[in-house]
Amino acid sequence: MLKVDNLNVYYGKIHAIRDVSFEVNTGEIVSLIGANGAGKTTTLHTVSGLLRSTTGSITFDEKDISHLEPHKLIKYGIAHVPEGRHVFLQMTVLENLEMGAFSMNKVLKEDIERVYDLFPRLKERKSQVAGTLSGGEQQMLAMGRAIMSHPKLLMLDEPSMGLSPILVDQIFSIIKDLHSIGTTILLVEQNAGKALKISDRAYVLESGRIVLSGTGKELSESPEIKKAYLGG
Amino acid sequence: MVFKVTNLIVTLIQGLSLGSIYALIALGYTMVYGIAKMLNFAHGDVIMVGAYMIYTTVALGKCPSILGIVISIIFSALLGIIIEFLAYKPLRRAPSLSVLITAIGVSYFLQNLALLIFKSDPKSIPTLFNLPPLHIGDKITVSGETLFTLGITVVLMIALTLFINKTKLGKAMRAVSEDKDAAMLMGINVNRTISITFAIGSALAAFASLCYGMSYTYIKPTTGSMPGIKAFTAAVFGGIGSVPGAMLGGIMLGVIEKLSMAYISTQFTDAIVFGVLILVLVIKPTGLLGKKINEKV
Repeated sequence: MLKVDNLNVYYGKIHAIRDVSFEVNTGEIVSLIGANGAGKTTTLHTVSGLLRSTTGSITFDEKDISHLEPHKLIKYGIAHVPEGRHVFLQMTVLENLEMGAFSMNKVLKEDIERVYDLFPRLKERKSQVAGTLSGGEQQMLAMGRAIMSHPKLLMLDEPSMGLSPILVDQIFSIIKDLHSIGTTILLVEQNAGKALKISDRAYVLESGRIVLSGTGKELSESPEIKKAYLGG
Repeated sequence: MVFKVTNLIVTLIQGLSLGSIYALIALGYTMVYGIAKMLNFAHGDVIMVGAYMIYTTVALGKCPSILGIVISIIFSALLGIIIEFLAYKPLRRAPSLSVLITAIGVSYFLQNLALLIFKSDPKSIPTLFNLPPLHIGDKITVSGETLFTLGITVVLMIALTLFINKTKLGKAMRAVSEDKDAAMLMGINVNRTISITFAIGSALAAFASLCYGMSYTYIKPTTGSMPGIKAFTAAVFGGIGSVPGAMLGGIMLGVIEKLSMAYISTQFTDAIVFGVLILVLVIKPTGLLGKKINEKV
């Protein structure tokens, strides 16, 4: 479905990601794991077109999307929940969801209800301004907003960041729910243990390079990964 | 001097009318600031261009007033888009100081272009409509121009508020002004949204020049600068970036100006107006309705 081939991205002189290639097949949950600064977010931003690679290509459903303007991506069926949620803080919960459906011809009631079913908390707070929501609720809103456009591929950047353990579990179970209704998921996580558990496959990034890849199970049992990311 | 209630009422109405003009201009400053995070100092000169367009079409071209006004509004909106495209868009990622200096440059460019085309002598705007004055009792008379200004401002403000809060495009404008990257990920074309904002702001400036031209009748190439600066003050006063703030700030500024002219001193009017601005900013640095939202991490 998504094929990323040989990306190199620079911030000025800093070579942030080097020769990164990976693939996401339809129906999979694929994780990119790695430490802070390994290049995970940079990779997602490059897929979204917010950053540009100097080499290689990105194809989605056999179409080259490497040079697409970022606002066109959603029409192809890719939604990106950025790190730090980036909900519209001065807009209400409902307005945020409507923005999620901006690329559609119309905001459909069923779509909003679907989000409310997945995240009942959002329904309680639909007329509240997003800036008044807690961090966990903002994460739910960011995810709810992203699925308003019925994406084929949902890219999630650190959805568990800064959340309490109970909320982290909840977010991961929602990711599984979204997956079970047919959404392909590309997940970027620092919480490697949780990410590997739900992933079909995963890639490990280190200093901008992919150093390891395999199924979620293989990686979570690999001694190197255990030592570096899973605390022994 | 004997204090008369009727005089006070007339002064207040004149203040509201002047304030409406400031508010219309201030909306352009505040919307552009909100979405592009820049101070468009050429905005005042768009008023001047709008007024010259009315002069050219109605006085020179003998167009019917209404046609001249429509042409002026469309021309101003296009001018806003062109200024943004040529002068500001290439600087989207540049430091804000470069953008500010460019805006001042555009302002001088427009003034000098007008000087070249229309020369420096003041041109008079013909009477556009014969508006009858309104008499309330036998003491109070309000000119037709004043009423027209008040009426058109109320209509435009309601329309703008509905547009921003209820329409898809209006909401997209708010989304872009808050978070450009997130707006892009929603599929919003940020560049196009910024262009539309400039067009709306400039069209509002053309309405302001219409009201201004009807009340003050003479225009020069520098006509736009003083109302421009006053309206910028009004936008800061109300909280720059806030649409209701620009409306409130503009109206208050107009009322304060007319009141101090009538009751304190004509010469000190501007000093008093800017003094009030300083006072407000000392007490509430974000302006009357400006918000500061703390981001959650």
